[in-house]
Amino acid sequence: MPGITREEVAHLARLARLELKDEELDHFATQLDDIIGAVARVSEVAEQDVPPTSHPLPLTNVMRADEVRPSLTPQQALSGAPAQEQQRFKVPQILGED
Amino acid sequence: MTVTELVPYEDALASYDPVMGLEVHVELGTKTKMFCGCSTELGADANSQTCPTCLGLPGALPVVNAVGVESAIKIGLALNCRIAEWCRFARKNYFYPDMPKNFQTSQYDEPIAFDGYLDVQLEDGEVFRVEIERAHMEEDTGKSTHVGGATGRIHGASHSLLDYNRAGIPLIEIVTKPITGAGERAPEVAKAYVAELRELIKALGVSEARMEMGQMRCDVNLSLRPHGTETFGTRSETKNVNSLRSVERAVRYEISRHAGVLNAGGKVVQETRHFHEDDGSTTSGRIKEEAEDYRYFPEPDLVPVAPSREWVEELRATLPELPRVRRNRLREEWGVSEHDMQSILNAGAVDLIVATTEAGADSAAARKWWMGELARSANESGTELSALPITPAQVARVAALVAEGALNDKLARQVIEGVLAGEGDPDAVVEKRGLKVVSDDSALGAAVDEAIAANAAIADKIRAGKVAAAGALVGAVMKATRGQADAARVRELILEKLGVEG
Repeated sequence: MPGITREEVAHLARLARLELKDEELDHFATQLDDIIGAVARVSEVAEQDVPPTSHPLPLTNVMRADEVRPSLTPQQALSGAPAQEQQRFKVPQILGED
Repeated sequence: MTVTELVPYEDALASYDPVMGLEVHVELGTKTKMFCGCSTELGADANSQTCPTCLGLPGALPVVNAVGVESAIKIGLALNCRIAEWCRFARKNYFYPDMPKNFQTSQYDEPIAFDGYLDVQLEDGEVFRVEIERAHMEEDTGKSTHVGGATGRIHGASHSLLDYNRAGIPLIEIVTKPITGAGERAPEVAKAYVAELRELIKALGVSEARMEMGQMRCDVNLSLRPHGTETFGTRSETKNVNSLRSVERAVRYEISRHAGVLNAGGKVVQETRHFHEDDGSTTSGRIKEEAEDYRYFPEPDLVPVAPSREWVEELRATLPELPRVRRNRLREEWGVSEHDMQSILNAGAVDLIVATTEAGADSAAARKWWMGELARSANESGTELSALPITPAQVARVAALVAEGALNDKLARQVIEGVLAGEGDPDAVVEKRGLKVVSDDSALGAAVDEAIAANAAIADKIRAGKVAAAGALVGAVMKATRGQADAARVRELILEKLGVEG
């Protein structure tokens, strides 16, 4: 039976850095379970001869020549950064003390 | 923090059998990034080589670099791999500031190359086959600078700064199957494998594979199992081991450390470890709170790569001679021992010697200069042989001047010294420094007369038939002419003047 448990939703929320309250977990777990259940019905009609589809168009080998194209200026690249220092993106502490 | 007693290497090997897995990342030498047209040129201003695609801005669409795919196939073929008929990219999802997209575009269960091997030759000539699990395409991450902590470490830093110029540079990750059966030679096998892989990558021309520049990086997985057991032990993964010597040392250290843990009745923790160049030790990295969960899924923005068999065969036909095969061929052509060939390889002189012979020198002369005078000079200045300011063509010219008798070895060394000092081509140095062998009889005659007069007793011996004594007079003339005389001609003149047959 496809579906998703409350624990799995909590796990995914943590991986996605989403802080969910208990009632939100209950709420989303139910909703997501419904959605997954609905999508799973597709598998019921798809027989063995229908392969899983990751790309809707039958295209392969779309490649680009190895030719340099203009980049953004550092100012443009950093224009959306919440904080910057020394022409670099400034991010909060990654790890605390050992 | 528990301190583990290290077990002496030999003792560890007496009880346990090491199993290794090596993961090598190679940065390709393409002009542009893997999925966008930003330049990969090193040394650019921070964040001057980024675009909406490699910054992961909304709406940006990646397109794969054709040379990146071609390089991956070439590497796969050179590693005797099968090349996928159809494969996809996948998103490896994780939150870490080194990837602005919050995922790394990689390949998951459909690598472009798989099931291969690389034969590596150990120092004594023994060939060890390393099985290759897969080689897949992915992209490099940005570069972090940690601020506020001690010595730039991430621990204790107050914040970090990100430069995304490197984010998106093509990487090929090459993963071995578990390497068993190396026994006590495990550290040597690991080093030889990485060395051979580096030579191969360079021969393919897909990357310069300079480890000191981070263009090639190695992660060492190691576990021990008691002799006679089949099941692998728990492994540790030592990250970013970035020189050949370090690969060997990291394996050795981990063997001793694991044995210490196991002998004490402990359990090896599956963890990431950091290697320390200064003392060759490893220390625990972060033990991950939760198992890695990258939630790989097929990258919807990149269409599958399906290399036609025609293309694959075309690329196969362009593969160069494998470095190991080439080395063995050159070794036979040059008539040198395994040991000498290893020294030549370690000195980074193989290609330089080949280029010098191609420029006209005979191989013995080419070897002599590169492995002698020039190796010494490189060593003194702490640079690589190939970085010396002298070209194989210039070395070949010096060798030619020696061969035709215009220079002797002593003068040739001065010519090389001049070239290295930026005084110009060999001929220009000869001209400027006046370094011609003097074989002109009138110029030598006076010096020979002086030598005979100053060494009357020796001259008498020679007159009496002791021709071997002439060496002393030749030496005196060479000294008087500061090495510029043609020694063979001097000897003839001495014997002539003393009325003796040579």
